[in-house]
Amino acid sequence: MTKTTHAPKIGKGAKTPIKTLARLLIYAFSGYKVATAFMVIFVLMSSAATVTGASRFAPIIAELMNNGANADLNVIYGNVIFIACVYLAGALSSFAYNRIMMYIAQGTLRKMRDEMFAKMQYLPLRYFDSHTHGDLMSLYTNDIDTMRQLLSQTIPQIISSALTLVFVFSFMVYYSFTLTLLVMAIIAVMVFLIKNIGGKSAKFFLRQQVSMGKLNGYVEEMTEGQKVIKVFCHEQKAREGFRKLNDELNETSRKANAYAFILGPVTNNLSYLQYVMVAVIGFVVIVSGLGDGLLSSFCVFEGGGVAVYAGMLVSFLAFTRQFNMPVQQVSQQFNAIVMALAGAERIFAMVDTEPEDKGGEVTLTFGEYAENEWAWKKPVDNGFEYVPLKGDIRFNDVVFGYTDEKVILKNISLYAKPHQKIAFVGSTGAGKTTITNLINRFYDIQSGTITYDGLDIKSINKDDLRRSLGVVLQDTHLFTGTVMDNIRYGRLSATDEECKKAAKLANANFFIKHLPEGYNTLIKGDGANLSQGQRQLLAIARAMVSECPVLILDEATSSIDTRTEKLIEEGLAQLMYGRTVFIIAHRLSTVRNSHAIMVLDHGEIIERGNHEQLLEQKGKYYQLYTGAFELD
Amino acid sequence: MFKTLLKSVREYKMPSILCPLVMLGEAVMEILIPYFNTFIIGELENLSKPENYTVNTDVIILYSSLMVASAVFALICGVLGGKLAATASSGFARNLRQDMYDNIQTYSFANIDNYSTASLITRITTDVANVQMSYQMAIRMLVRAPVLFVSAIIMTVIIEPFMALIFASAAVLLGIVVFICMFKVGPHFRTMFKKYDNLNSVVQENLTAIRVVKSYVREDKEIEKMRSATGEVYKYSVKAEKILTFMMPCVTLTMFASNIIILITGANMSVGNISGNVNASDLQTLINYSVNILSGVMMVAMCLNFISLSKGSMERICEVLDEKSTLPNPVNPVKEVENGNIDFENVMFSYSNNAEEPVLSGIDLHISAGETFGIIGATGSGKTSLVSLIPRLYDVTEGSVKVGGVDVRNYDTDTLRNKVAMVLQKNVLFSGTVAENLRWGDENATDEELRFAAKQACADEFIEALPGGYDYDLGQGGVNVSGGQKQRLCIARAMLKKPKVIVFDDSTSAVDTKTDAQIRETLRKYAPETTKIIIAQRIASVQDADRILVLDDGVISGIGTHEQLLKSNAIYREVYETQMKGGDNDD
Repeated sequence: MTKTTHAPKIGKGAKTPIKTLARLLIYAFSGYKVATAFMVIFVLMSSAATVTGASRFAPIIAELMNNGANADLNVIYGNVIFIACVYLAGALSSFAYNRIMMYIAQGTLRKMRDEMFAKMQYLPLRYFDSHTHGDLMSLYTNDIDTMRQLLSQTIPQIISSALTLVFVFSFMVYYSFTLTLLVMAIIAVMVFLIKNIGGKSAKFFLRQQVSMGKLNGYVEEMTEGQKVIKVFCHEQKAREGFRKLNDELNETSRKANAYAFILGPVTNNLSYLQYVMVAVIGFVVIVSGLGDGLLSSFCVFEGGGVAVYAGMLVSFLAFTRQFNMPVQQVSQQFNAIVMALAGAERIFAMVDTEPEDKGGEVTLTFGEYAENEWAWKKPVDNGFEYVPLKGDIRFNDVVFGYTDEKVILKNISLYAKPHQKIAFVGSTGAGKTTITNLINRFYDIQSGTITYDGLDIKSINKDDLRRSLGVVLQDTHLFTGTVMDNIRYGRLSATDEECKKAAKLANANFFIKHLPEGYNTLIKGDGANLSQGQRQLLAIARAMVSECPVLILDEATSSIDTRTEKLIEEGLAQLMYGRTVFIIAHRLSTVRNSHAIMVLDHGEIIERGNHEQLLEQKGKYYQLYTGAFELD
Repeated sequence: MFKTLLKSVREYKMPSILCPLVMLGEAVMEILIPYFNTFIIGELENLSKPENYTVNTDVIILYSSLMVASAVFALICGVLGGKLAATASSGFARNLRQDMYDNIQTYSFANIDNYSTASLITRITTDVANVQMSYQMAIRMLVRAPVLFVSAIIMTVIIEPFMALIFASAAVLLGIVVFICMFKVGPHFRTMFKKYDNLNSVVQENLTAIRVVKSYVREDKEIEKMRSATGEVYKYSVKAEKILTFMMPCVTLTMFASNIIILITGANMSVGNISGNVNASDLQTLINYSVNILSGVMMVAMCLNFISLSKGSMERICEVLDEKSTLPNPVNPVKEVENGNIDFENVMFSYSNNAEEPVLSGIDLHISAGETFGIIGATGSGKTSLVSLIPRLYDVTEGSVKVGGVDVRNYDTDTLRNKVAMVLQKNVLFSGTVAENLRWGDENATDEELRFAAKQACADEFIEALPGGYDYDLGQGGVNVSGGQKQRLCIARAMLKKPKVIVFDDSTSAVDTKTDAQIRETLRKYAPETTKIIIAQRIASVQDADRILVLDDGVISGIGTHEQLLKSNAIYREVYETQMKGGDNDD
C-alpha cells in the first residue's frame, strides 16, 4: 500500500526521471492525440521556416556583393518574397502550435488537479495521518506550478529545438564534416558545463524549497504563539530564531540563482568563442590550400577552389550560430525540468496510492422495506433480503492499533442495543475516539469483529455504513459557504425550513440571527469569524439535519459553556431520542444519564455500568466524578 | 510604496548598483561582437570572389582577437553580473523578510488580530519571492535591455540613419503591441490569481475537514466543488494565455517585417535606386542588430509587466512593514514595578473604535498586592478582555488601569509584562525541551530555579517521570504531553518570571480539581506578595479566593467572597447550581 515511499521528499530530485517523464508525456498528450499531431506538425513547420528563411538571406547578400550596383533586383525581390512567405507561414504555425500547446497544457493541468483531488478524496485516513497538510498542499501549488512551466514552455521548446538541431546539423555535415566535428567537440564542452552548472543550480533550488519549508514552519509555529511571545517579552529571541533560518534561505537562494544566472552568459559567450575558432581554423585551412580536408560535400559538388570554400565557410558560420541558439535555450530550462520531474513523481505517487476499499455488498435503503424505515439490503443466493436498521452495534474481542507495533485497543467487547446511549470516559490516549473511528471504518481492526444489526460492518458498503451514522467530531470544521449551506451539509435534500428547525433545536438560531446576513452569512476560513462554541452549535445542527439512525458525538459540547449547554440540552435530548448514540465527553454532566458508561484506560474497558452503579463501585469513575482524578 | 520596500536593500546597495553596470559592460560587448564579426565575414566574402585572391590575414587575426577578447570580457561581466544579481536580489528578499518579521514582533495584540497566520506566511514567503523576482529582473534587464536597444540603434545610425528610423518605428510599434497585450492580460491574470486562491482554499478545507467529508459521504460533492474551482482557473488561464500566444507571433512578425523592409530598402540603396550608403555586409549587420533592438523592447515590456503583476504582493508586504504598533512606548518610561496593587478606574474598553457596544464599561476595581482574586462569568462576558488590560496587551478606551500605583501606559512595556505574568487561555508551548520552554520565563534561570517553578505549578513530579526529565522534547506545540500537563508547564513558565502579578486565564481547566487546589495552595505559600488573578469556568477553582468578581456582559455584577455571592448574586448562584448538579462537586 505504501507506494508513497517511492516519492521524492521535497528537496530531492526525481528518483526515476526517465520513467516519470515518459509517464508525464503520455498523461499529457494521450488525451489530445490529434491536437498533438497538429502541434508537432506546426512546430516542424515553424522550425523549417526559420531555417529556410534564414538560408535565403545569403543569396541576396551574395547578389549584392558580387554585382554591387548592378545587382539584379529581380533576384533580390524573388528571394524577399520567398522569405516573406516563409516567415509568415512560420509565424502562423508558431502561433498555431503555441495556441494548441496552451490548450493541452492548461487542459492537462486541469485534469491533473481534478484527478489528484478526486483520488485524494478516496484515500484512507491513514494517508492523511502520515502526510502533513503542508506537504499535500504543495502538490497542488508548487508541484503543479513546475508542471505548468514544463508543459507550456519547456516541451514545445525542446521539440522545436530538437527539430532545428536536426535541420541545421544535416546542413552542417553537408557543408563540412570536419568543421562539424569541431563544433561538436565544443558543444560537448558546453553540454558538460550546462550539466554541471545547471545541476548545481537545480540542487540549490531544491534545497531552497527545503529552507523555505523550514522558514514557513517557524513562522507558523511562532505566529500561532505570537501572544505568548508578547506576554513573555520574547520578541528579540523570536527575531533571532527567524534570522537564522532566513540567512539559510538567503544562502541557498543566492547560490541557486547565481548558478542559474551565469548559465546564460557562459553558454552565450562560449558560442562566440566557438564561432571565432571555426572561422579562424576554417580560414587557415582554406588559405593553406588544404580545403579538401574539410570534407565538404557541398564544395565537392560546387567544384572546389578557394572561393567556393570561403563561401562555404561563411554559410557554415551562420549555421553554427543557428545551432547554438536551441542548445542555449534548452539549457535555460534545465532547472525547470529537474524541478518538474521531482514534482511529477510526488504527484504520481499520491495518485498511485491505493484508495480506500468500497466495503461489502450490503446497501442501505429507505422506505423500501417498510414505509419511512431504514433497512439493510443484503444480497442472498436468489435476490435480496432486508434487515431492518435498528442500530444494534457490537464489538467482539476487537484489537486495534494505528500501527502494527502499538496496540491501542486490547480485546474490546461491548454492545449497544437500539436506542441506547453509550458513553465513553477516559483520559487522552485511552482510546475513546478510536472506538468511534472503527464503527464508521475510518480504520480497520486487526482482529475481532464489529457487527451492525447482526451484519459484519465489513460486509456493508462503506458509503452506506457512513450514511447511517451521524457524527459530531471533536474538531469542528466548516466549509466556505453560507451558514445554511453548512447546516445542509448533513443532508443535501433538507429544505430551508428543516435547516432552520435544526438550528433552533441546537440553539444556534440565536447567534445566527445576530450575524450580518443571518442564515445567508458567508462562512470563510473554516469559520474563523465564529467562536469555537458557535461552530460546535452549527456542527450539532448539521448532525440534526442528517437524520441518521445512529449518532456519534465526540466531545460535541466541549467548547460550549455550561449555561449554553443547559439551553441545548432539550435539543440534544430530542436529537438522541429513538437513536443509538455513542457519546464521548469531557464533562461528566453530559454523560451521566447514559444507559451505559465505559471507562477506558490504556485501551481497555476498566469499568462499565450506569452512573449510579459506577458511583457505587467507588472506582476510577467515582474518582473522576469527584474531581480527584485528572481528565484530559 | 517602492520607497518603503527599497529601504530594505541596505547592505546590498553595492551589488544592486554594480550589477546593472556590469551588465552594461556585457551589453556593450554584445553589440561589439557582431560588429567585429562583420569584418571577418567581409574578409571571407572577399576571399570567395573569384577575382580577388589577396588575403588580408591581419584583418582576420585582429578581429578574431578582438572578438575573443570581447567574448571573454562579456563572459566575465555576465558571470559577475549574474552573481551580483543573485546576491542583491536574494539579499534584498532576506532583508525584506527580516524587516517584516521584526516589525511583526513590535505588533500589539490589536495588530496581531488583524492578520491570520496563513496570511502572514503568504506575505513572508510567496509575496517576497515575487518581489525578489521583480527586483532581479529590474537590476538585470531594465538597464541592460535599453542599453542593448540604444547602442544597436546608434550602430545602425552610424551605418545609415534612414535604417535606424525603420528600426525605431518598428520598435515603437512593437512596444505598443506588447503594451496593449499586457494591459489586456493583466486583469485576466489578477482574476486567475483570485480563482487560484479559491482553488487552494477548497483543497485546504478538505485536508482539514477530511473526516467530516468522509463521515457524511460527501466526497462526490467536494470533487464537484473542486471541478468548478479548477474550471474557473482554467477559464481565466486560457483567457490570459490566449492573449500571450497572440502576442508572441506579433512580435516575431514585426521583427520579420522590419527585416524585409530593411532588405528591400538596403538592396535599393546599394543599387542606387534610393539614396543611401548601404552595402551588402552592412545589410548583414543591420539584420543582426534587429534581434538586439526588438528583443530589448520585448524584455523591457516583460519586466514592466511582471513588476506590475507583483504590485499586489508589494502592497501586501508594505502593509506589514507600515503597520505601527497601537501601543507605543512612553517617552520617559517607568522601569520599576513597585508592587502588585491593581486599580481599574472607570474603565471602558472596546476592541475597535466603531464598535457599537463596549466590551467592558464602568469598571472600578481595586485589587491589593498579594490578594487571590477570582473572576467568573459566561463566555463573552469580558473576563479575558478585563485581565488583558493589566499587562497592557490592549489600551483602555476610557479611564485608566494602574499597576503599583502607576498608569500602565507610563511603564516600559517589557518591564510591565515581566512583572505581570499571564497564563493565556489559548496557550502554546514551542518545539524544544521542557527546560527550554520553561526558560522563556527567565533565560538565565538555574536548574534549581526551574525545579522550584515546576514545583509551584505541581509539574515537578510528572516532568521527572518523563524520559529525559527536563530535557524531554515536547514536539511542535507541545504535542507530546497531555492537556493538563501542558497547562501546568505554562504556569511554571510564568512563575519563573517571579512576577508581582500573575493572571490565570482559565488556565487550569484540564487540571484535576485536587491538583488545581494544590497549585493555588503552593502559590499562596511561596508567592505571598504576588497578586493572583484567576479566571475560571469551575466555581471550585475560585471559591476559596479572597474575593470573586462576577462579570456579566462587560459590567461588574457583583464582588465578594464565595458565601457573600451565593447569597447576593443570582448569576453566581445559578452557575454554582448547574455545576453542582453536573457533578464537579468537591467533597
